[in-house]
Amino acid sequence: MFQRLRRRYLVLKVESEQTIQEKDIMNAVWTAIFQLFGEHGASQANLTPIDYNPQKGYAIVRCSHKALETVRASIASITEINEKPATVHVLGVSGTLRALRKKHSL
Amino acid sequence: MRFIDLHLCPSIKDVHQVEKMVSKSSELGYHLVGIPLLADVTRDEIRRLQKICGDVRVDLVTRADFAPKNPRELLDNLRHFRRRFEVVSVACLSKPVARQAAKDRRVDLLSFPAIDPRKRFFDYAEAELASKALSSLEIEMAPLLSSRGFSRIRLLSCLRKEAAVAKKFGVPIAISSGATNEYLMRGPQDYAALVALFDMPTPLALRALSETPMTMVERNREKLSPDYVAQGIRVIRRKRIVSAFKKTLSRS
Repeated sequence: MFQRLRRRYLVLKVESEQTIQEKDIMNAVWTAIFQLFGEHGASQANLTPIDYNPQKGYAIVRCSHKALETVRASIASITEINEKPATVHVLGVSGTLRALRKKHSL
Repeated sequence: MRFIDLHLCPSIKDVHQVEKMVSKSSELGYHLVGIPLLADVTRDEIRRLQKICGDVRVDLVTRADFAPKNPRELLDNLRHFRRRFEVVSVACLSKPVARQAAKDRRVDLLSFPAIDPRKRFFDYAEAELASKALSSLEIEMAPLLSSRGFSRIRLLSCLRKEAAVAKKFGVPIAISSGATNEYLMRGPQDYAALVALFDMPTPLALRALSETPMTMVERNREKLSPDYVAQGIRVIRRKRIVSAFKKTLSRS
């Protein structure tokens, strides 16, 4: 029987001196996953952007629950975006988008 | 859980940077931060740092980093400066220094250069000495974040080997940031995810960020307190004991 996919939603806080677009963040995350875990690891992550607030620097991404630690480590390893120093912090993780938005008032 | 970052490396002269990094630490969930100080640091400088940390409700741990060229220099440094700092870390740049640091009970942290894998001397012999002397292995995360490609592969390989050796001999591991700017600082959970890269399980990683450094700091603070006499012996009351002793003497 086909088992339902379990997912995790992550709130990210992007810190950089430059203005950053959603695609820049996703590029940085994908590059980090690719560098640390290769194509095999990247294929298991099921990473999808959900929301991004460029003013506050908050982003929400979705990943497979099995790849949560992989994604978290990759996000923590990001030190630059568009060749400029930047940091991405994981503020919280939740199983549903509604709980995540409620918890972090997004 | 109280998290500790034992190695924050702002430029002490740049007050603005110190403030930014300490407040970032507080924001990320750290309760204590260790800042390396020069051996000739003044009381005023320490008080100024304590005030900066106190403003954001973070406790300051004074730390000394020694990088001696030979065991003699290490012993001299320890003799002169051990009692002035709460935590002492030794950068082991040669094998004799690494061995001396591992067996000396005055050394709290053993750190090894991240750039050169041939200078990482944390092997079985080193771990056995360290396990008897209560020293911990310090793993800094900044080099892991800032390196790329082959150098990161080699560093991860060395760290995996060292973590396994430390686990086998029961040497505590202390994880610290080693951050020189706020872009190299991460939260405790992020570090726990990163150390999984060298096969350290998450509970052990969280312990390396909280319990291990906390035990070390508490032990050293107790030793540095004026009431400390020896291990397990401390002065609990002064005046009354002296007066009671005088009374006993006068009766006899």
